Amino acid sequence: MENVLSYYPAGTLEDYGAQMGRVVHIGELELAVFHTSTGEMYALDNRSPHPKGGPLAEGIISGHFVYDPLYDWKIDLKEGQVQSPDHGQVRTYPVLVEDGTVKIGIPSESVHTGGSR
Amino acid sequence: MKADREKLVVIGNGMAGISTVEQILKLSGSYDITVFGSEPHPNYNRIMLSYVLDGSKTIEDIILNDLTWYEEHGIKLYTDTTVARIDSMAKQVITEDGASVPYDKVIIATGSNPLMLPVPGCDKQGVVGFRKIEDCSNMMEAAKRYGKAAVIGGGLLGLEAAKGLVSLGMDVTVVHLMEDLMERQLDHQAASMLKAELERQGIRFAMGKQTEELLGQERVEGLRFTDGTELSCDFVVMAAGIKPNIGVAKASGIAVHKGIIVDDYMRTSMHHVYAVGECTEHRGVCYGLVAPLFEQGNVLAKHVCGVHTQPYEGSVVSTKLKISGVDVFSAGEFIEGPAHTVIASQNDWKRTYKKILLRDGKITGAVLFGDVSEAAPLQKMVKEHTEMTDEIYGEVMGGGHCGSGGAARKVLSVESMAGEEIVCGCNGVTKQMIVDAITEQGLKTVDEIKASTGATRSCGGCKPVVEQILQYVLGDEFQTAAKQGICGCTSLSRDEIVAEIRAKGLKTTREVMHVLGWSQPEGCSKCRPALNYYLGMIDPAEHEDEKASRFVNERLHANIQKDGTYTVVPRMYGGVTTPEDLKRIADVSLKYDVKVVKVTGGQRLDLIGVKKEDLPKIWEELDMPSGYAYAKSLRTVKTCVGSQFCRFGTQDSMAMGALLERKFERLDFPAKFKMAVNGCPRNCAESCTKDIGIVGNDGGWEIFIGGNGGIKPRIADSFCKIKTDLELIDICSALIQFYRETGKYLERTSEWVERMGLETIRSAVLDNETQRKELIERVEFALLQVEDPWKKVLEQPGTRRMLYEQV
Repeated sequence: MENVLSYYPAGTLEDYGAQMGRVVHIGELELAVFHTSTGEMYALDNRSPHPKGGPLAEGIISGHFVYDPLYDWKIDLKEGQVQSPDHGQVRTYPVLVEDGTVKIGIPSESVHTGGSR
Repeated sequence: MKADREKLVVIGNGMAGISTVEQILKLSGSYDITVFGSEPHPNYNRIMLSYVLDGSKTIEDIILNDLTWYEEHGIKLYTDTTVARIDSMAKQVITEDGASVPYDKVIIATGSNPLMLPVPGCDKQGVVGFRKIEDCSNMMEAAKRYGKAAVIGGGLLGLEAAKGLVSLGMDVTVVHLMEDLMERQLDHQAASMLKAELERQGIRFAMGKQTEELLGQERVEGLRFTDGTELSCDFVVMAAGIKPNIGVAKASGIAVHKGIIVDDYMRTSMHHVYAVGECTEHRGVCYGLVAPLFEQGNVLAKHVCGVHTQPYEGSVVSTKLKISGVDVFSAGEFIEGPAHTVIASQNDWKRTYKKILLRDGKITGAVLFGDVSEAAPLQKMVKEHTEMTDEIYGEVMGGGHCGSGGAARKVLSVESMAGEEIVCGCNGVTKQMIVDAITEQGLKTVDEIKASTGATRSCGGCKPVVEQILQYVLGDEFQTAAKQGICGCTSLSRDEIVAEIRAKGLKTTREVMHVLGWSQPEGCSKCRPALNYYLGMIDPAEHEDEKASRFVNERLHANIQKDGTYTVVPRMYGGVTTPEDLKRIADVSLKYDVKVVKVTGGQRLDLIGVKKEDLPKIWEELDMPSGYAYAKSLRTVKTCVGSQFCRFGTQDSMAMGALLERKFERLDFPAKFKMAVNGCPRNCAESCTKDIGIVGNDGGWEIFIGGNGGIKPRIADSFCKIKTDLELIDICSALIQFYRETGKYLERTSEWVERMGLETIRSAVLDNETQRKELIERVEFALLQVEDPWKKVLEQPGTRRMLYEQV
C-alpha cells in the first residue's frame, strides 16, 4: 500500500513546554507529542507497548528518550523502540515545524476523521 | 528474507522451545524460524502459574516473550496450532488441520501433560489438570462458583495448586497416595514440617489415600478411596504427576519410551530432528523441572549452530516450592541410606530443618526447610560432589566462622562455576552471559546486570549469586562499585551529591548533572526527581521546582491510574470532615461521573477515575486543599476520637492531629510521610506503623518513629516522652527536618532509622538544644515557601492548559 503522508496542524511550538509531552487527537488517533530540551519534536502513539498499556505523554523525558509514567519503560522517541531489557516498539509519526506551527504527518489510511463515516 | 537460510521449525511454544530459540538467535542468524504452539498465548513462564493462581501476578506479568519479540526476530508464530506429525521423506511438518511447512531442522519441545488418573469418572465436569493458563482460568472461575475442592497429588504442583485455591477462598483437601508430601524431593522430617505449616495456612490433608472413583452425575460430587471412605467436593484438580507429551514423535515414527529418546546432543532417532525439555528421555531420565531444560537447550543451540559444546550428561535436579511463607529446598539424594554420613539440625521453635548427606566425605544431597538461604551454594556443591570441609561445614551449618572467611569462600565457589551453568533459572541466564555483560559493557551493579541480561528479574532468588559473580569479576573495584551511585547515570552517592550541591552552589538538576559528570546528560527517571528534591531541600526559597523532573503524580498533583485516569483526594485534617464538605464531594462526584468513591486507609475519601482535563474543574468546585495523596510529602495524620468524646481519652487527639497536619502539609519529604495521634495508649489510630506516631497519656505524649505498615512492615521505635503540646510540636519539627536533610530520596523513615541509628537521631534532635533550634528554624523557613498546588494551577491558566489539556 502507498504510504502517503498528510500533515495535520497540532498547535504552535509555544504550546509545548520544554521536556514535556502533550496529548494530541487527530481523527481517531491519540498521540503523545514531546518537546525535548534541545527543541526537537516527536510524535508517537499515546500508548505504552507494556502489556498493561497506559499513556506515554506524562513520562519523564531525558534527551530523546521518555520513561513511561506507569511502568518506567525507557522508550526512544526517534524510532519508538523500547530499550532493553524490555521489548516492544511504539508507532512514530514525523513532525514538521513551519512558521511556529507544529504539523504531524499521518499516513492517509490511518486517519478516519469524525465526518468520514 | 534471504532464500539461502535454513528452515528451523520448533514444535512447542513453551519455555524449553523458546529458550532454545533465544540461545540460537544469540549464536547465529542463519535460521529462518517457525514456531508452533497449541496454546493461544505467546511464551510464558509456566513455573509462575502458581503466582497467577494465588493472585500475586497477572497473566501479563508472566509473559516472557510478547508478540513483538517474535516479530522483531522475524519468527513466524502459529498459536492455537497443534502439529500432527513430521514427514521425514518430504521434509515437512504437518499440522492437525493439514497444513504443511517445509524444514531443514526440527526441534520438538512439546513438554508434558498432566497425568489424569485412569479411574472411573475422571472425565466428569469439574475435573482439571494444572498445567496451562487455561487451567488457571478454570480454577479461578470454579472458585467463584464452588466451595469444596480436592487436589489429587501432594507433590510440588499439587501443593501449589492447593495453596492457590485456598487463597481464592475454597475449602481444599489434598489427597495423597503416600504418607509423606513431596516424597520425591523431601525426607520424612521435612515433609512433616511442611504438612504442619500448610495446615496452618488452611490446607486439609487426606494422606495414604488412593482414589478409586470420581463420584457424581454430570459434574463431580466427590471421591471414593480404595479403603471405602469418601470425600465430598465439587471441584477436582489432578496433580498426580506429568507424562511427557510424545504424540508428535510417536506419530512420526521417532523412537520413544517414557519420553522421546535423545542422545547427549539432544538428537532423536530421526535425522535432523531434535527434542528438548520435558518431552525428552535422556539416559533413561525424564525431567519435570525447569533447570534441566535450560541446560539441554544450551547444548542443543550450540550443536545446531555448529558451535563446539560439551555433551549434555544429565542434570542434578533441585526443587523449590513456590508458596509464600513456606521455604523448602532439596537437591540430589535426600533420603539417607547405610552408605551416607548424615549432618542434620532441627529447630522446632524457629521451624527450620537442615540436612546434608555425604557419601565418602562428598556432598551428595541436601534438604532445607524454613531457612533456604544456603540453597544456592548447596545446590552447586551437590552438583559437583564437593568434599565436605570444616570451612564449608561452618558456612552452611552456621558454625562460628567469621563473615569474611565465608564471603571469600563464596566468591571462590563462583569462580569454579562453569560458564554454561544457569544462574537465573527463571530467565535462563548463564554465568558466562553475566560475566560477559560485566566485562563488555562495564556494568557495576546488580541492577545494571538485571537490565542487560534479565538475571534476577523474575523471582530474585539468584541475586546473591549474581552479586558474588560481580564481586568475583570486579575484584577490588567491587567494594567501591557496590556502595555507590544513586542510579545508573552516576557513581556518586546521595551524600556526595548533596555535599557537592552545597559546596558548588549548584542550582538546577541540569547543572548538577553537567558539573558532576552524569553519563546520561539529562539523567533518568530515578535521579531527576531525587536531584529536584535535594535542590529544594537545600535552598527552599531560591530553588525553582522543575515540573519536568517530577514524576507524573507530583507534576499533575493527582495519582495516575493504569488506564490513564487520575484520582482526587482532598484534605480532611485529622480525618475529620463536615456534612457540608461531604455534600460538596458528593455533588462533584456525580457531576463529573467519578467511577468510585473509596474510603482510604488514611481516613479520607478518594475520588477515582477522573479524566485529566477534568482535574482542575473538580478542584475548583470542591474548593478544598489538596490532600497530597500523590506526593513524597505529608499524607495524613490519622487520629482516634480522643478526649473530646471518648471515655478513655486522655488527650485531644483530633485537635492535635489536625494541627500537625495543617502545620506540616505541602512540605517535600524524601518519601511519603504518615503520622498518627492517639488520645490514649489503646492506640486506636495505630501509631506503631507510622513515620511519626504519637500516643497521648495522662501526663503528656510519647513519640514513636520509623514505623511502617507497607511492603516491609516495621514497628515504630519509642523516641521520647514529653509533657507539653509545644514540646511535641518542636520535636516533630526537628525530627521532620533532620529526616529531610539526611534521608535518601525514596527512603522511608523505617529504613532511615535503621541506617542512621536511633541514637544518632536522638542526639541531633533531643540532646543538642542548639541543633534542635536550628532544625526548627530551617523547617519553619521551608514551610513559609509552600502553597496549595491545586489553587496555584487554577490561578495560572498557562500551566493549566499546558499540563491538563489536549493540544
